[in-house]
Amino acid sequence: MVEIVSKSSAGGREYITFRIGDQYFCIDIMSVREIRGWTPATTLPHAPGYVRGVINLRGIVLPIIDLADRLGFSATEPTARHVIIVAQTGKQVVGLLVDAVSDIIAMAADKVQPTPDVGSDAARAFVLGVMAIEDRMISLIALESVMPALVGEAA
Amino acid sequence: MSMKILTVDDSRTMRDMLRMALSGAGFDVVQAVDGMDGLDVLEREAPDLVITDINMPKMDGFGFIEGARKKDKFRVTPILVLTTESDPEKKMRAKTAGATGWIIKPFDPVKLVDVIRRVAA
Amino acid sequence: MDAMQAIRETFFQECEEQLGELETGLLSMQEGAADSETVNAVFRAVHSIKGGAGAFKLDKLVKFAHVFETTLDKIRNGAMEPSPPVMKSMLRAADVLADLVTISRDGGAFDDARSNELIGELNAHCEDKAPAAAAPAPEPKTEEEAEENPFAALGWEPVTISLEPDINEYVINFKPKPELYAKGNEATRLMRELSRLGSLTVQCEIADVPLLANLEPEQSYLAWHATLRTEQDIDSVRAIFEFVDDDCQLDVEKVEPDISAPPLEPVAEVEEAQEAQEAAPVETAVLAVEEQRAVAEAAPLAAASKAEAKPDAAASAAQNTIRVDLDRVDRLINLVGELVINQAMLTQRVLEAGAVKNANIATGLDDLEHLTREIQESVMAIRAQPVRPLFQRMSRTVREIADATGKNVRLKTEGEGAEVDRTVIERLADPLTHMIRNAVDHGLERPDARIAAGKAPQGEVKLSAAHKSGRVVIEISDDGRGIDRARVKATAINKGLIPADAVLSDSEIDNLLFLPGFSTAEKITNISGRGVGMDVVKRSIQALGGRISITSRPGLGSTFSMSLPLTLAVLDGMVVRVADQTLVVPLNSILETMKPKTSEVYGLGPDSQVIGIRGGFTPLIDVGYQLGFRYERCDPMQGVALLIETEGGYRSALMVDAIQDQRQVVIKSLESNYGHVDGIAAATILGDGRIALILDTDAIVNASSGRNSPSDMLLAG
Repeated sequence: MVEIVSKSSAGGREYITFRIGDQYFCIDIMSVREIRGWTPATTLPHAPGYVRGVINLRGIVLPIIDLADRLGFSATEPTARHVIIVAQTGKQVVGLLVDAVSDIIAMAADKVQPTPDVGSDAARAFVLGVMAIEDRMISLIALESVMPALVGEAA
Repeated sequence: MSMKILTVDDSRTMRDMLRMALSGAGFDVVQAVDGMDGLDVLEREAPDLVITDINMPKMDGFGFIEGARKKDKFRVTPILVLTTESDPEKKMRAKTAGATGWIIKPFDPVKLVDVIRRVAA
Repeated sequence: MDAMQAIRETFFQECEEQLGELETGLLSMQEGAADSETVNAVFRAVHSIKGGAGAFKLDKLVKFAHVFETTLDKIRNGAMEPSPPVMKSMLRAADVLADLVTISRDGGAFDDARSNELIGELNAHCEDKAPAAAAPAPEPKTEEEAEENPFAALGWEPVTISLEPDINEYVINFKPKPELYAKGNEATRLMRELSRLGSLTVQCEIADVPLLANLEPEQSYLAWHATLRTEQDIDSVRAIFEFVDDDCQLDVEKVEPDISAPPLEPVAEVEEAQEAQEAAPVETAVLAVEEQRAVAEAAPLAAASKAEAKPDAAASAAQNTIRVDLDRVDRLINLVGELVINQAMLTQRVLEAGAVKNANIATGLDDLEHLTREIQESVMAIRAQPVRPLFQRMSRTVREIADATGKNVRLKTEGEGAEVDRTVIERLADPLTHMIRNAVDHGLERPDARIAAGKAPQGEVKLSAAHKSGRVVIEISDDGRGIDRARVKATAINKGLIPADAVLSDSEIDNLLFLPGFSTAEKITNISGRGVGMDVVKRSIQALGGRISITSRPGLGSTFSMSLPLTLAVLDGMVVRVADQTLVVPLNSILETMKPKTSEVYGLGPDSQVIGIRGGFTPLIDVGYQLGFRYERCDPMQGVALLIETEGGYRSALMVDAIQDQRQVVIKSLESNYGHVDGIAAATILGDGRIALILDTDAIVNASSGRNSPSDMLLAG
């Protein structure tokens, strides 16, 4: 389990990058609370497919989101090598299941390009923009859209 | 060394307000919650001046003053009573019991300090 | 927050406590069970509130409290009898005072009419009982005003016109009596204060000072003659001597500049003394004064006091309580919850590692478990509070409703010392209020009807609390007319809540009151209101993890009985396995467990099964299937059936694969990060660190049943 201490750099922001399949993504480091390895989750009845269940994070009930599934890829078969990124928006904390975490990058705001106009619904819904780093394209995930709506709240 | 003042009052609110006014003026404040507690703290802390309420459980202000005056050490320690109105009867009773002076509540912090100076060094 | 704000909050907290004391004391007085200390305490409560209110300039509160206090003063002095009409006014005054405190704290409109009405009532009592005091209790200011402005009565005030800078000259002659010193006053200090007003010349007369041998330490021999030039008026000069005017001879005279004042005797004496020795007499005088003091102080003191030994006792003698921030307590409770989980996890891992074969480790783990349990119980107890304040609020509710409905009611309470978790108490207030309203408004008959029925005209509502087998049982009973079962049944049929030909036991009919949409009142009174029925009350109780039921005897009265958990943070549960998942079933909903036999299980329709129990048939619910853990139904014979009774009184048998064990679990919310899940109440963390879901048995039963009435939908949601 790795704890991230985030620093802000002048002019840009920092992002933590991770890999799902052979694609690369990142999220704003300010939303990341910690990184931990995969532990089996307790199934939640009637949950959407991409919600793998809940795990115990030091006494908190943490829902685990299979990000691959959420983005429209096939569901992940998690192993001990998979990684959970504990992320927070507002008051909601969830765990994002990803294949591996890479490095932390800093990027100036003007270097984030708009999402290319592809047909994928998921891309439009969940990707805020893309960046070019060395020879890779890294897609910036919109954390709020990925979070499951707090069930029962909207009712 | 600043003057030590003992305040005796069963109301937490009043104790807090007295503490605020007195420490603000540079006095050293010790407190008690009723007459009996007041006599204990009096012995223990030997304050330079006492401010006491009249209506308290266990032992009221009159009882406290009489008790204090019986102790040689505190026979002439200035004791001020807190009273809500200028009831001449109550003032008389307090004086007969041995009170040095009185403060009317609600008290003005500035006036409080004035009165204190009038009766203590 | 700034200091004044903090003190203001302290003040309002203290007001709540004082109001509680007031209520208890007044009730005691009303019963005739009060002693003089109680009456004093009641007086002090109002006096205290008035004192603090004055400091925060809460004028309306001060004004009312003052009249109230004056009336109470008369009672405690014996000048007024606490007769029933007087006590009734006292109690109503207490209610008005409480309202004034609330409005002063939270804002809102003052009900001046009501305050004034009660002030009038209190004044009337004062006049009745003390004919000598013709005028009602004076307002605080009037006396002082009269003192300070004697011309006010004449309707005009003298105006001074000064033609030149106002330097007044005063001649002050001051001879203290021994009493002055005995009260801690000091001539030198007074002189010093005088000197602050302007320029002062003082001469001390020592003519009366005897020879040292004859000097009595307690006597006062000195006098002072002073001349003061100051801009202040004569009242400011006199004010310096305010405290001592009885204990001395004092003359303060203004010297008119163009009139030569006839010399006063003491002056002559002083001049003579002055001629004798200039500095020395003053010094001697000062010495003499100091000697007086020194002698007084040096008088043999009592032996060293024992008070040294008990600093703690003295501090806590008055109160064996401390005030703690609620947040800190909550945090502590959470941490202890974690401790319990961790301890369970540790035990589990040690078991798995096989190390428990070592006797020392086994004992150590056992000890750890006991210790942890004890810590948990102690910590839970911190938040536990007696229900007394809650019951006191109800006392006021009863008064108000009795007044509003013209009923004569007395509230009796029992077991107010029973302690319940603070959060439970807070959430009980509304349901209790509704039930009491119901009891007074609908249950109790009017006085004339009661007399006709051979009952005492005063009805009684009894509120009691007691601890029973790990839960707290609260009952509200009345000695009214009881439930009209025929009417209740008819109404239920009319509203389609039960089939027309339903056969129901008396108890079942009584509990129909809890169905939503049920109201037998032909006219909806203001009090019980519209739509606030027993179903809302029941749901509030259930939300607390409690149960509620009603029993009634026609003509004799009804009783609401509630059973509540002592705390909301932990739960006694049965840990079960369902389709490879570990779930927890709340113990208090389980009636019994059984292993079904082939002969007992029957099919009913294509999808449903029932189990025969003691002659009756109970629906069988496949929990794994219901929750979506399995796509096919399991074989009941392979599992265990838990017989459940829902709060609606419906029975079902829940099929699970196996029972693991029974234990107390710490409740963790699912809602904060995820939300609500049908059929699931909350989550907990097991010894292996994994999360187990806690079943909402009512929801599961209702979801799987054919009933789709609105109440069930709500409960399931």
